[in-house]
Amino acid sequence: MSFLTPFAAFGLLRLLSNFRPVDAAAVSAHYGSISIVTFIAATSALGRQSVPYEGFMVGVAAAMETPAILAALLIAQRSSNGTVSEPGELWRHSFLNGSVVILIGALVIGVITGQRGAMALKPFVLDLFPGLLCLFLLDIGILVGRGLEQGRKYLTAAAGLFAVLVPLCGAAAAAMLSYAIGLSPGGAALFMTLAASASYIAVPAALRLAMPQANPSIGLTLSLGLTFPFNLVIGIPLYIWAATQIIR
Amino acid sequence: MQTFSKKKIEVIIEAPALKKVVQAFDTRKIIGYTIFPVQAGSGHEGRWDATGLVGDMGRMISVMCVLDAAELDAVLVDIEKIIRTQIGIVLISDVQVIRRDHF
Repeated sequence: MSFLTPFAAFGLLRLLSNFRPVDAAAVSAHYGSISIVTFIAATSALGRQSVPYEGFMVGVAAAMETPAILAALLIAQRSSNGTVSEPGELWRHSFLNGSVVILIGALVIGVITGQRGAMALKPFVLDLFPGLLCLFLLDIGILVGRGLEQGRKYLTAAAGLFAVLVPLCGAAAAAMLSYAIGLSPGGAALFMTLAASASYIAVPAALRLAMPQANPSIGLTLSLGLTFPFNLVIGIPLYIWAATQIIR
Repeated sequence: MQTFSKKKIEVIIEAPALKKVVQAFDTRKIIGYTIFPVQAGSGHEGRWDATGLVGDMGRMISVMCVLDAAELDAVLVDIEKIIRTQIGIVLISDVQVIRRDHF
């Protein structure tokens, strides 16, 4: 899904906007990948509502981080004169970037330490978590505000529509897939959140190496300035509600 | 006090491409350079500020290197290839150093 989303997003963005193909490909990569902060906010919302979810969804998040970058490179190569710089470095950056390593590492540590490890870390990762998340989101909020100010020239109505439409379409596709593969309502809500979220940390940095000719401000403005707050305020409650309605 | 003439290269480059610049120095066996974080600035895309940024994207890094004039051209050729596509600038200046054998 992470690999296919950029193709659909690219087509939609080319239809709605007059961005250069290489810029549209770069923006599409943001939307195929995921935002781990949005994912964490969704797990927190599920926790508050006592909706259980599959533990392996963290692994799904890690797996969805990077295929979008490769898809965007394919799009850029096919649709423009975009060239891929240093493919070896790109692969290393895509599959061994900090967030992927931490996610997989945390998963392995969780499997090894089990319930005992979870209990030992409970005061830090469970009790303090809502407060830390709150502070982090407030900080990100400032970043979003600054990003919107700096990238306002890219905030056209079409770009705004794209930044809302792609998450909703992604979430709808993920809902159908969740139903087909038998995820729980909580797992489906998380999968929808992952499909709806857009990267603003790992992918932009990787794209600066892979597609330096793409304008980095466009994708960042849309993913961080529009899609991220949309998902937090409207998306996550909507995805949880939809998942619990669709999957019973 | 006697001083010696050397060249100083300052590369202000977007953080994701820092490794390429460092590799350019390493490849030429230039072992002395210093890397500084850059807080904020203004350029073709307007003002930018690294405060609160998560990850490398949007950050700029400054790499300063003092070297012998004989080594300058070869390194600049490598750095120009990087800066051609990445966000950044390169400054070259004449400097005086006290310890010639350090550079």
